Amino acid sequence: MSWVSKTLSSTLGKKLLMALTGLFLILFLVIHLIGNLQLLFPDNGESFNLYADSMANNPLIRIVSIGNFAFILLHVLYSIMLSRHNNISRPIDYAVNKASTNSSWSSRNMGILGTIILIFLLVHLKGFYYEIKFGEMPTVDYAGVTYKNVFAIVAAAYSNVLYVAFYVVAMGFLGFHLSHGFASAFQTLGLNHVKYSPLIQKVGFGFSIIVPALFALIPIVMYIQSL
Amino acid sequence: MNLTLKIWRQKNNSDKGGFKDYKLGGVSKDMSFLEMLDVLNEELAAKGEDPVHFDHDCREGICGMCSLYINGKPHGPQQTTTCQLHMRSFNDGETITIEPWRAKAFPVLKDLVTDRSAFDRIIQAGGYVSVNTGGVPDANEIPIPKTIADMAMDAAQCIGCGACVAACKNASAMLFTSAKVSQLALLPQGQVERKTRAEKMVAQMDAEGFGACTNTGACEAECPKGISITNIARMNREYFSAVVSSQNV
Repeated sequence: MSWVSKTLSSTLGKKLLMALTGLFLILFLVIHLIGNLQLLFPDNGESFNLYADSMANNPLIRIVSIGNFAFILLHVLYSIMLSRHNNISRPIDYAVNKASTNSSWSSRNMGILGTIILIFLLVHLKGFYYEIKFGEMPTVDYAGVTYKNVFAIVAAAYSNVLYVAFYVVAMGFLGFHLSHGFASAFQTLGLNHVKYSPLIQKVGFGFSIIVPALFALIPIVMYIQSL
Repeated sequence: MNLTLKIWRQKNNSDKGGFKDYKLGGVSKDMSFLEMLDVLNEELAAKGEDPVHFDHDCREGICGMCSLYINGKPHGPQQTTTCQLHMRSFNDGETITIEPWRAKAFPVLKDLVTDRSAFDRIIQAGGYVSVNTGGVPDANEIPIPKTIADMAMDAAQCIGCGACVAACKNASAMLFTSAKVSQLALLPQGQVERKTRAEKMVAQMDAEGFGACTNTGACEAECPKGISITNIARMNREYFSAVVSSQNV
């Protein structure tokens, strides 16, 4: 085995991959959120549709998008490997265990939280990504040019209260996942310092509330607008 | 105090084991937890029953030999070793559940006694420094800043009891291993084997079958010596920088 594969198959190497892919996905959330907030612009979806079109035709974004899917896959695969390894490491459980006195619920249930987020992600990709890429899309004309009307299918989806509820609840789970994952990624990378760690934890805590809340705000507002 | 003790009994490593309840009266609040078990064992011995086996040695909180998962926490409700835990931490009439450390790498030998020699093998893999024999070196010959010496001493406080492994939901030994890696990596004497040490100790930790770290912080919260998880971050730094720069292909 080469030193690279030996390192990446060690527990620390696997955690390194979890941390790096996790941090990339955190970055992706920010970019995705900034783009999606244009759904709330009061221009009947024009700026969002133009943005969606520019994203779809930008070669750099296409490459990053492939990387993004690869990182999601890696994050999931390595979490499965680590979870299996961790379960095997304690074959017999305690009869009485007061884990809540020494660690947060989120930190102990990252796998469950991640699984729920993955289910959400699959529904989300089927509902939007797949439809936009391969489905039959309504079109709209701006200044004589025809664009896919992505805004229309988002607005249609978010007029369904069950769909909106699903999104809001999923964002709650994302918040809990991030509340541990953000700071944990830095710790795994070895970036623990008396000067910076308190800041990382505060930023992580804020991030885990603000980002999912803004994501959840979009379907809520669009649902209200659809009434 | 009158207590009901729910104790894990297991004849040997291949036995399935199970809980057995014992009633124990006349327990003083000033007894240590181990003294309370001594009283139980004297009663069992008098009745001709097999006493409850548990690990202990110094009984002053410095050797790391005592263990026990008491009422859902390693070393019981206080952040100390079981030998330094006193019965005043419990209430009259209470039921106390006592289990061995649970980890694949710490197999149960009998009752509450586990084999923690996996820790010894991690130390053997690299937890040492090479020093020249010969005349005694002068004191303070090697300058070490006080802050660094303090950090190394904090890491060196680890007594290797295994509470970190017991508390961790993944039975991970990263707090122990990182304390031992840190203690030597921080000091000038530890520089010779620095990279090889990080690589070998992590490899041995994995080979023993300990889990990975999820950064829950349970280990730090339960450690009787207050070893910080900043050591785990340091071990990660040591390991990642070692694998990319050491001569070990």
